[in-house]
Amino acid sequence: MTRSFMGLRSVIAGAALIAAAASWAVEAAADIKIGSVLAVTGRASFLGDPEDKTLKMYVDQINAAGGLLGQKIQLIVYDSAGDAEKARTFATRLIEEDGIIAMVGGSSTGETMAMLPLFEEAKIPFISLAGGIVIIEPVKPYVFKTPHTDRMACQKIYADMTARGISKIGLISGSGGFEKSMRAECMNVAKASGIEILADETYGPQDNDMTPQLTNIRNTAGIQAVLNPGFGQGPAIVTANYKQLGITVPLYQSHGVASRKYIELAGDASEGVRLPASALLIAENLPDDDPQKPVVVSYKQAFETKWNEPVSTFGGHAYDGLFILVEAIKRANSLEPSKIRDEIENTKGFMGTAGLVNMSPSDHLGLDLTAFRMLEIIKGDWTLVK
Amino acid sequence: MSEFLQFSFSGITVGAVYAMVALGFTIIYNASDVINFAQGEFVMLGGMCTVFLAAAGIPMPLAALLAVIITAGVGAALNKLAIEQARDASVVNLIIITIGVSVFLRGIAQVIFDKQLHRLPAFSGEQPIMIGGAALLPQSLWVLGGAGLLVVTLYHFFRRTLIGKAILAVAQNRLAARLVGINIGMVMLSSFALSAAIGALAGILITPITLTSYDVGTMLALKGFAAAMLGGMGNPVGAVVGGLLLGIAEAMGAGYISSDYKDAVAFLIILAVLFFLPQGLLGARHRERV
Repeated sequence: MTRSFMGLRSVIAGAALIAAAASWAVEAAADIKIGSVLAVTGRASFLGDPEDKTLKMYVDQINAAGGLLGQKIQLIVYDSAGDAEKARTFATRLIEEDGIIAMVGGSSTGETMAMLPLFEEAKIPFISLAGGIVIIEPVKPYVFKTPHTDRMACQKIYADMTARGISKIGLISGSGGFEKSMRAECMNVAKASGIEILADETYGPQDNDMTPQLTNIRNTAGIQAVLNPGFGQGPAIVTANYKQLGITVPLYQSHGVASRKYIELAGDASEGVRLPASALLIAENLPDDDPQKPVVVSYKQAFETKWNEPVSTFGGHAYDGLFILVEAIKRANSLEPSKIRDEIENTKGFMGTAGLVNMSPSDHLGLDLTAFRMLEIIKGDWTLVK
Repeated sequence: MSEFLQFSFSGITVGAVYAMVALGFTIIYNASDVINFAQGEFVMLGGMCTVFLAAAGIPMPLAALLAVIITAGVGAALNKLAIEQARDASVVNLIIITIGVSVFLRGIAQVIFDKQLHRLPAFSGEQPIMIGGAALLPQSLWVLGGAGLLVVTLYHFFRRTLIGKAILAVAQNRLAARLVGINIGMVMLSSFALSAAIGALAGILITPITLTSYDVGTMLALKGFAAAMLGGMGNPVGAVVGGLLLGIAEAMGAGYISSDYKDAVAFLIILAVLFFLPQGLLGARHRERV
């Protein structure tokens, strides 16, 4: 009795499943499937969470306004929790099972690099939201990215230092992927930018005190400024320790901490710190004739109204990625991945939250140094350095 | 000289954090031989609850007190719902249960609180105390003082109070303790609640230095565990000594050798100690009773 009952139940369940799958397939066939793998939870969630929210918000908006090429967009987001291995598994699923035509995602450089070969092989365009320059250098036909690179951040910082008459600096960087990559880039371009790095210290991702490293930097003769490539808690602690030790030379942070959270975590110690960041951070304070102002103000207001939390540059990267893709699909007037790829590469004069994008076959990022704004923290708020 | 002093201060600051976390391991270990890997999550809960209660407008001291009480409740619930259900399981199984609880608590914290980093203001200002050209944050003294106070309290707790003695008795011999009328369930319950409260207190004291988020517990528990092993598992004084040694080793390693290898320096010391003194520096030498 029991056995036959169980049998009956599983038959019903199976039938229901098949029915569900069939109806899903019919519904899905009419949709434009865009995939995304983001670090929505975990240590890099401050990247993935706003990216996820941004993509969902704008896909809903596009669909409400009639969709794209007359079809609805179906956004499929998987949470990698910042794990490159998981990201790769999800990317395989997106390509093989979900059948996406393009991908906007990859919160960190590690995840992006793990997923990238799959997209190259499947010939599906992949717009990454991660910072590392290795993503687009050398150029890979199907891979693009929207955020500034760490090399550009270094160059922007060095330009500001040179303008202030600084040429000898100390470097203190975290040992995570982002920090390591930016440290390497800053070392690479230092000479060409006329900057000499006299001290080079590191700290671990969970370290609670960086005073020994900063003491060594302080005691190095001739240091005129200190640069801290890092993100997460490290830079906040470095900033606090910097003040604790009473170091008076200017402190530069990277775009990795370009969010209000950093000011909140570092408190008063962040006063006078400079960092390169996208225009989004000071959207309302931009001069009215700034061509980027309308874009960043509208994104900022839309995000903050919808999610009731401060906008971050990382969500902005997702905005840029999605709309570069949407524009490319419109221009291609086709859902053929290779045609979409060609049109992404043809992106010209696209104004995003990161700046003006002009892509080319040899440049799959398309931003220049003007995309970065140099900011200084004054009275707990961002101020544009003139 | 001033740099040596600065490295020492850094070591003391970090070491005091490790010591606070290490202290939390003591009671549960003493009561049940279980190393509670959810101890780091108690530390996290202490910090996060205080941050969120304070943000809700509750004055800091009250928020801190509430955080300790809530976390103690979580500790008691952990014992009631997970450990007690498996009371006949081996110690290894119980330890694995605590790992599961730690993952569970981290997940819950992610949902109830958020995924952001948070900080608490330092208790007595951020103005560093200058000694011989080196700067020490007053908060480090709070952490150190807290650790010292806890050691004294725990010492008296185990020696002078009935429940403290009962915990020790249960640790020595469960069956014998039961035979002389000690309520084992009660002992376990109070040891988990107390450990959780100590963890929460640690979390509140260290948050102005370390910052906090739902996932700070893992690394803190690992370092605290290493400190406790170094000093001698189960010995409160050992926990503090181990924590400070570990912190100072890291700071000296970062300052004098290379910041890249500072963790290696610390772990080399732990390996060496455990090689030659498997019970830790101050751990009880193994005694065979007849």
